[in-house]
Amino acid sequence: MRSAGAHYLLMLLPLAVVAAFWAMASLERRRDGGVSFTQRNGAAIATYLVVAVGLWSLFMIVLPQLSMIELSFRPKLPTAQIGGPRDVYTLQNYRYFLFGSTTDTSHWNSIHIHAFFLTIFASILVTAFDLALCYPLAFYMAQAARPRRVRLLLLLLIAPYWVNEVLRAFAFRVIFATGGVLNAVLTGLGLIGQPIDFLGLDIGMYAGLSYAYLLLMVFPLYNALESLPASQIEAARDLGAPWWHIHLNVVIPFAKPGIASGCTLVFMLTSGALAAPLVLGGPRSLWFTPIVYDRFYQAFNWPQGSAYAFILLLTCVAFVLAVLRLTKLSLGEITR
Amino acid sequence: MTARTVIKLSTALYMAVFFGFLFGPLVVMGITAFNTSSYPQVTPFEGFTLGWFAALADDDELLYGLGNSLRIGVFVVLLAVPLGLAGALVMQQIYARARSLYYLIVVSPVLTPGVIIGISTVIFWRDLTGLTGTRFLYNGVVLTVLGQSSFISAYCMLIFLARLQRFDRSLPEAGLDLGASHQQVFFHILLPFLRPAILSAAVMAFLSSFENYNTTTFAILADKTLTTVLAGRVRQGTSPTLSALAVAIVALTVAGAVAFEVLKRREDRHRAAGHAAAAAAERRELAQVVRPA
Repeated sequence: MRSAGAHYLLMLLPLAVVAAFWAMASLERRRDGGVSFTQRNGAAIATYLVVAVGLWSLFMIVLPQLSMIELSFRPKLPTAQIGGPRDVYTLQNYRYFLFGSTTDTSHWNSIHIHAFFLTIFASILVTAFDLALCYPLAFYMAQAARPRRVRLLLLLLIAPYWVNEVLRAFAFRVIFATGGVLNAVLTGLGLIGQPIDFLGLDIGMYAGLSYAYLLLMVFPLYNALESLPASQIEAARDLGAPWWHIHLNVVIPFAKPGIASGCTLVFMLTSGALAAPLVLGGPRSLWFTPIVYDRFYQAFNWPQGSAYAFILLLTCVAFVLAVLRLTKLSLGEITR
Repeated sequence: MTARTVIKLSTALYMAVFFGFLFGPLVVMGITAFNTSSYPQVTPFEGFTLGWFAALADDDELLYGLGNSLRIGVFVVLLAVPLGLAGALVMQQIYARARSLYYLIVVSPVLTPGVIIGISTVIFWRDLTGLTGTRFLYNGVVLTVLGQSSFISAYCMLIFLARLQRFDRSLPEAGLDLGASHQQVFFHILLPFLRPAILSAAVMAFLSSFENYNTTTFAILADKTLTTVLAGRVRQGTSPTLSALAVAIVALTVAGAVAFEVLKRREDRHRAAGHAAAAAAERRELAQVVRPA
């Protein structure tokens, strides 16, 4: 199928959806009797609202995504041939991800597939580690600390994140390098004879990734835990519950939206992380997002890069849906 | 050794470990900024120097990237705050059946990896500017502003929605009943109420834009911002000027936070003094009234 015509049709699809909703709303309003949008807001404000929201939702969110998805199904062609007879829809970019070649399906693309699953698995582990590390602090700040101390702790928490994430990854490199602080301390204490290549073993990268998004795990947890009435915990304690029972059955169910929110954000940012793997990754380290980056700026194959990016996007969507399903929450509750 | 002591000790230990983990790398990097060795390291500490900070001022590429980052930040604030405000206002008025789809669409950039936002922005605007003949728009700064604004507007919208929940609906109605035009209601009733939200949204937008890397690295095309320059430097070879930059950033923000706290304390003291003076005056008046009886 020729792609040029279908391309334009795809761009008109969102406008069709908007028009359909507008028609439904007008019909219902005419039937029930009410004020139109322009009458409610005045012509000038109404124009501003429509233009702003239209520009934002269509030209900055929906249409760019559709363009990227559409490009992923097209072959890589020199500029002159785009729109010509060879520009047809194809699955060859996805075939490349699975099999390492656009035509031959006999061997799996083990490197990329391995990197993909490793990224997902490692992101889940990093998320779990961050949750375990941040939960006590969030609980302490929300329930047990005095207000002045909470303000101080908040300031202490935010301070490291003033430094750019690239520089924070660089700080980890200083620590984990073969001539770095950690190796110096370990050899100084006599625990090892030779410096360990932490960066080559990816330990530096995983540590950097765990560190990078701690703040984004603490804040949703803290917000959720802050609204838990202390009387509930006191009541549970009065009824004889031990501390682990209180957390498991009183606190955590209440804080579910915050936990889901924090975990979703951290997973998304970790699996889509670019700075930490680029700075801290060794020559053989595998992380999916730098591979996506390479498809664009090393292989200069934009359709293929779009395909890889779309695979990453689908994974994140799948994760968010899984979290929403498991915790029985709605999207609105975890994005607050 | 009571249960309470155990809890206190373990809390203290946990905090020490947590904040040690949080600040440790930065402290280490800070030390390397003062070390004379040309590779950032803590041991061996060859000598104390402030030379790396001086080298920062001479670093043209870094300063150019900094200028770009500041400019992009300002543009993002100017674009994202109005868009977020419009998004929040529409959210309250939109056709009920379209609301969940609308919410899903405008919140989706927050849940999308930054690289995908950058990639999709470049691809779409390359096609659009080619088609409509507006090629002059296809440059790094414009694309970065557009890409970053897509999710930063969502942050702003969430801030405005939270603030609008406490808005008294009867106020604009009263204004309209008294004969005000819609514009007057908007500028004289709604916006003043939203002022704290506008300020915090603007600050948040600027900071989010300034430190963004994932989206910027795709959208900036051949141009540079501070974060992309840093990323390039860190990958090619490392030098303590980067550590010096981090120390400078931390020092600036600590100074800013301290100044903010000092000003706030002074304002609180003024306000408390004002309250105390008013209370004393009231007591004197009451005493005059009561004494004659």
